[in-house]
Amino acid sequence: MIDIIVNGENRQVDEGQTVAGLLEDLRIVPERVVVELNGTILKRACFPDTALPAEARVEIIQFVGGG
Amino acid sequence: MNKLVIAGREFNSRLFIGTGKFGANSVMRQAAEAAHCELVTVALRRVDLRRGAPEDPLISHLDPEKVLIVPNTSGARNAEEAIRIARIARAGGGFDWVKLEVTPDHNHLLPDPIETLKAAETLVKDGFNVLPYINADPVLARRLEEVGTVAVMPLGAPIGTNRGLRMRDMIEIIIEQARVPVVVDAGLGMPSHAAEAIEMGADAVLVNTAIATAADPVRMASAFALAVQAAELACDAGAREESRTAQASSPLTGFLWEEGEAEG
Repeated sequence: MIDIIVNGENRQVDEGQTVAGLLEDLRIVPERVVVELNGTILKRACFPDTALPAEARVEIIQFVGGG
Repeated sequence: MNKLVIAGREFNSRLFIGTGKFGANSVMRQAAEAAHCELVTVALRRVDLRRGAPEDPLISHLDPEKVLIVPNTSGARNAEEAIRIARIARAGGGFDWVKLEVTPDHNHLLPDPIETLKAAETLVKDGFNVLPYINADPVLARRLEEVGTVAVMPLGAPIGTNRGLRMRDMIEIIIEQARVPVVVDAGLGMPSHAAEAIEMGADAVLVNTAIATAADPVRMASAFALAVQAAELACDAGAREESRTAQASSPLTGFLWEEGEAEG
């Protein structure tokens, strides 16, 4: 297991876990979110091939109502 | 009034709507339709991991063929955070318009002029169409225009206060000077406030709280749309200037008692 931070919260995931796998675990539909990995915006097409490094900082972001 | 054009895009409605605070996405959509609105703002937030991404995402309720979706940078406390949010919005939805909002002060949500100008410069260079939310400061409005923002959005009153055009005199100067469209944003609580802004020459208004939190948001959206149309019509009809003294509307001759007072 490795430690990562997702949306500001500490989490543990299996080594080699991908971004797509993380989203699946969290029951989040990839098409509806934007993912930032260590401050870099990740293209959706890269989700399945991008493994999460230890200490990764992941932001999973969505559009919501706002003025 | 000439047709409203911002960054080369024509808008048939001068009423823009913010999508926050609506009880349901379907109500937001109906309100936007009732207002014939062609520009809406949205925000970006972290997904709540306990709840997952919503079954019914906001964006799916907006038809990009009919309405321009403009992400805001709300929540940003400085230029860096605002730029980051704008770039995420572009990556996530392909949106290259941004309502730039930098509000470090949670109490009054007043925009930081220095950070806003800094962020605007970078975002304009990045190819964004930037609509900066600003205090009603004519000098700042000019500076933003100079760095290439496509509009300026002075506040009528602090966000969500429904207090109307408290900054009226300064907004008037901004309108006089501006070479880009002026969109009065924030604080407009009643349709009459929106009408007043358009009557004094604002190019558009952006309303959120007053519509979204009304008991019937769809009717309130219609009310705002009618007020904006009424003001546009009045501008086209050629309003006359104010006068300090009374100007009689009835004839000043032929009074009934003139005869009795006549000499000879």
